[in-house]
Amino acid sequence: MSEALTFHFDVDGSDFTSAGQASVQVKKNLRQLGLSPEIIRRVSIAMYEGEINMVIHAGGGTADVTVTEDRIIIKLHDNGPGIKDISQAMQEGFSTAPDNIRSLGFGAGMGLPNMKRYSDYMDIKSEVGVGTDITMEVNIID
Amino acid sequence: MKISMIKDLLGADVICGEDLLSRHVYSACGSDMMSDVLAYVKDQAVLLTGLVNSQVIRTAEMMDMICIVFVRSKMPTPEMIELAKESEIILLATDKRMYEACGILYSNGLVGNRAKNV
Repeated sequence: MSEALTFHFDVDGSDFTSAGQASVQVKKNLRQLGLSPEIIRRVSIAMYEGEINMVIHAGGGTADVTVTEDRIIIKLHDNGPGIKDISQAMQEGFSTAPDNIRSLGFGAGMGLPNMKRYSDYMDIKSEVGVGTDITMEVNIID
Repeated sequence: MKISMIKDLLGADVICGEDLLSRHVYSACGSDMMSDVLAYVKDQAVLLTGLVNSQVIRTAEMMDMICIVFVRSKMPTPEMIELAKESEIILLATDKRMYEACGILYSNGLVGNRAKNV
């Protein structure tokens, strides 16, 4: 692979049922590129958690996935309410998700920690009232 | 353990994936919290759950699982069944409760961890 490949997705924030569609598509695309199942799984889970977060908290957003020679870069952007305290949000079990989201199987405070767990690098930039930008990278080659 | 054996042990109905019942699995997990499945599951190929929404299917797909067992007589929606078919995920449904269903499978050799699925 000599040139980077980029996939862009608009994440619909109005329908929880459809959340995850972009991650499913990314998984298919990465399979077609012949990447290892473990790399594909890590990218898919990290992006899926991010997508779910965007739908739950931010009313949707965008996801851009770039595949280069040595890594996969996932950039998530939303214009949601922003994260007030990022270090607190990174703690396992901390959640601001409403009860109705918990009844759907999410909102256990594992989203951001999971995204960090499954990626080799993660950066969060967030401003309250403006939105959140998250960059995650998964190395293809160590 | 073959999926067909899981079906027999739990007295489960096959919702979709009838042609895939000969597939083998080596470990399973049970949870109604998809957040926990995404956080803690590693190589388990079977998910037992009482949760019914599309994210159950997507979570299983993300985790490379091949079979979902709905407990407590829960039935997936037509949309969920379509998603499962697209991803070649077998859906089973049993009237047994989560604790009992997990116990039956565990005591018959389907462990919760350590094994690597093929």
